[in-house]
Amino acid sequence: MSTAKKPWTWEEDGYTVTRTCAWSPPGCHPVGCGLKLYVKDNRLVKVEGDPDHPISQGRLCIRCLSLPEYVHHPQRIIYPMKRVGERGENKWQRISWDEAWDIIVDKVQDIKAKYGPESIVVYGGTGRQACLYYYPLGFAALGTPNVCYPLSGWSCYGPRCAITQYVFGTGYPEIDFAGYYPDRYDHPGWKLPECIIVWGKDPLKSNPDGLFGHALVDMMKRGTKLIVVDPRLTWLASRAEYWLQVRPGTDAALALGMLHVIINEGLYDKDFVENWCAGFDDLKQRVQDYPPEKVEEITWVPKEKIVEAARFFARSKPASITWGLAVDENPNGVQVGHAILSLAAITGNIDVPGGITIGPPAALLGKWRVETRLELTEELWNKRIGAEEYPALANALATTHPDVTLDVLETGKPYPLKMAWFNSTNLISPTCSTAPDRWYRALKNMEFAVATDTFMTPTAMAFADIFLPLSTFAEHDGIVVTHFGRNTIFIGAINKALQVGECKSDVEICLELGKRLNPKAWPWNDVKEFFTDQLKPELGITFDDLKEEVVHQIPYQYKKYETGQLRPDGEPGFMTMSGKIELYSTLFEMWGDDPLPYFEEPPYSPYSTPELAKEYPFILTTGARMWGMFHSEHRQIRTIREIHAEPIVEIHPDTAVQLGIKEGDWVYIENMYGKCKQKAKLTVGIHPKVVHAQHGWWFPEKQADEPGLFGVWEANVNLLAPHKHIGKLGFGAPLKSLICKVYKAEA
Amino acid sequence: MSRNGLLIDYEYCTGCHSCEVACKKELNLPVGKWGIKLAEVGPMQVSPDRWQMDYVPIPTEFCNLCEERVAKGEAPACVHHCLGKAMEYGPVEELAAKMAAKGKKMVLFVP
Ligand code: SF4
Ligand code: SF4
Ligand code: SF4
Repeated sequence: MSTAKKPWTWEEDGYTVTRTCAWSPPGCHPVGCGLKLYVKDNRLVKVEGDPDHPISQGRLCIRCLSLPEYVHHPQRIIYPMKRVGERGENKWQRISWDEAWDIIVDKVQDIKAKYGPESIVVYGGTGRQACLYYYPLGFAALGTPNVCYPLSGWSCYGPRCAITQYVFGTGYPEIDFAGYYPDRYDHPGWKLPECIIVWGKDPLKSNPDGLFGHALVDMMKRGTKLIVVDPRLTWLASRAEYWLQVRPGTDAALALGMLHVIINEGLYDKDFVENWCAGFDDLKQRVQDYPPEKVEEITWVPKEKIVEAARFFARSKPASITWGLAVDENPNGVQVGHAILSLAAITGNIDVPGGITIGPPAALLGKWRVETRLELTEELWNKRIGAEEYPALANALATTHPDVTLDVLETGKPYPLKMAWFNSTNLISPTCSTAPDRWYRALKNMEFAVATDTFMTPTAMAFADIFLPLSTFAEHDGIVVTHFGRNTIFIGAINKALQVGECKSDVEICLELGKRLNPKAWPWNDVKEFFTDQLKPELGITFDDLKEEVVHQIPYQYKKYETGQLRPDGEPGFMTMSGKIELYSTLFEMWGDDPLPYFEEPPYSPYSTPELAKEYPFILTTGARMWGMFHSEHRQIRTIREIHAEPIVEIHPDTAVQLGIKEGDWVYIENMYGKCKQKAKLTVGIHPKVVHAQHGWWFPEKQADEPGLFGVWEANVNLLAPHKHIGKLGFGAPLKSLICKVYKAEA
Repeated sequence: MSRNGLLIDYEYCTGCHSCEVACKKELNLPVGKWGIKLAEVGPMQVSPDRWQMDYVPIPTEFCNLCEERVAKGEAPACVHHCLGKAMEYGPVEELAAKMAAKGKKMVLFVP
């Protein structure tokens, strides 16, 4: 790769070209792939992958490739609007930002005076830049302690972060894919992972949290072998040394079975365990309950495969693990996560080249967003919903407890909730809530509601009084922080290339509202000043420096536990209760859970609910990602819709024959909570007793107003997922291990 | 002058559709038309421990091998954006030699 410094903007053939890093909107995680944006007459005419970006190296997925369609889409909302008809009637009037702020400020002050600031809840979605800004919007602008990620059991990323914080005392554990270095895989201090376990995750499609998925393919070409744990045959599974086709929801048993093999065969790293792990003997005792024969019965994975895969992983040096949403979407997920972290730790793969890297629990904007809660008094902070019932969640995540939030909405106890701010969340579409019908009914009663988004969504249509238009990353200045600051591989500049309508970014919205409601927390004159204040103390650069650099990589320090860099007191070890990695978790014990990992049957399964299983004989798993659609986004993008036309349920051909279902038939998927309709795709890549249904579907082309709401209830698989079936510590809903029946629909 | 072609390494084509969309944008093609389109084989179990699940992008009659880009010294849009880095453009003799050298799951198109 050339080392000559490329400018961040230039003129070429009548276009202004801007180099930038991507972060949604449009939908994606903070992966920050590099783009060159070609603008002429204030129109984004084309995009090109930036070959000088060290991670993406010119490559782009179809979401960024279709960015011009998204940016200039005729259905985009590009001016603030206020509702003029009934809620859900789809009658809106364009207003100015000043009018919008006047209405909002008035209402907020009125509601705070009448019911207290805690009656306001900010709801956030996943993945978008908004994740960094919706906490401060709540804490430091609106002044409420209640910021809510509404998905039952906080089942997305948060549980994995919390588990890691408790067990390792660190930020997010990621595969070392040499992302920290300009020379990447050729970097002298880096090693190629010999083996990577991909656990409950499809990173090629999801590009999760800051991992550029196809880095796995780069490493496979160089010789990395895979073990894939997944109920479905993914592309990675088809090329893995071992594909462990686990029964959905039984991952804890599988991990404990692998630990059984590694510990009993003495394949672990004795030095590392001796020096840096606490509770090994207890774990050793615990895993005796999970011999491979028993684990085979639980997980449906043949015992020979469990044994061989465990040996293969333990003997590979270095080896790495990447864990996915299957850890979060499981009431037994804390134990899944704890067992997976234990596998990584006892094999000596933590914080070594080609192993698993670990960041700080909070840094950069990730730190600021949580610290803005200091704007609130202790008294107010203590009113945060669900904090008392679920301290393990409340401790690691500054939000409310999602399930308790719905309880409070429904009962008005201990206090009524009167205002909702939907910040980049389309929660009644099958993404960010279980029992979305209950959320819908509860949220219909708000006295006032604001939504920020790029397009009209079913959620904004159903509830909003004011709609604020968000800019895409092509239209604003900003920064990408991979892993939300919990393991920052690089900082990327988001460089504004054009303005569309009067759209604003999340941070602009925060600044403008913050200055009106609580100016002392928002001292910055503009976003550049704000970002410079964020970057300067930790990295010594200004926002303008970053703009020009485009990508700022941060060289990685390995084995920080030896040098005291993991603890504020500078002592060697980990920032945990014992100072070591807690194979035995004193915190889980303190909060009333088992200190060691264990397996528990999913709340609904052929084994835990055999009577119900007679009527609903299949295991329903959900949430697998598509190439072109980020959760509920991209449904109106023509090119993407050509590729993903309709909601798809995957069924094994043998099962389909029994059910009289053919390829392409519309079918109902139904259980005791609800039903939805999707199109059958037959594949042998799924177990005959398991079906997979896609999430995220609504139909921008269908009737917008109530009761249609863009067909949001038609293919809504989250209607089949229950409220508050979560783990003891408050984490994990069984979205990947439900039960259902499937039958042919009329048309 | 030798002919140019597209070499596909379908061991590493992940089926990501980036070639399809990059090409559609480059050629400015409407709904229903593609300059390159994926074909899929499998998933199919070939032995107790082996699965076949392969994708191969096939250039269509719209493909002009990105004349304009290539004239400017750029790689074709599909090759440039390919997430699996599974595509290569060049003279067929050179590509055929690479194909033979790898000897596995390669296909060469001369559209
Ligand atoms: S993964 Fe796709 S959507 Fe996300 S930044 Fe990269 S190219 Fe864009
Ligand atoms: S070479 Fe150009 S025209 Fe041909 S398929 Fe690739 S992108 Fe399309
Ligand atoms: S872009 Fe590359 S990896 Fe993706 S489908 Fe096309 S050939 Fe395959």
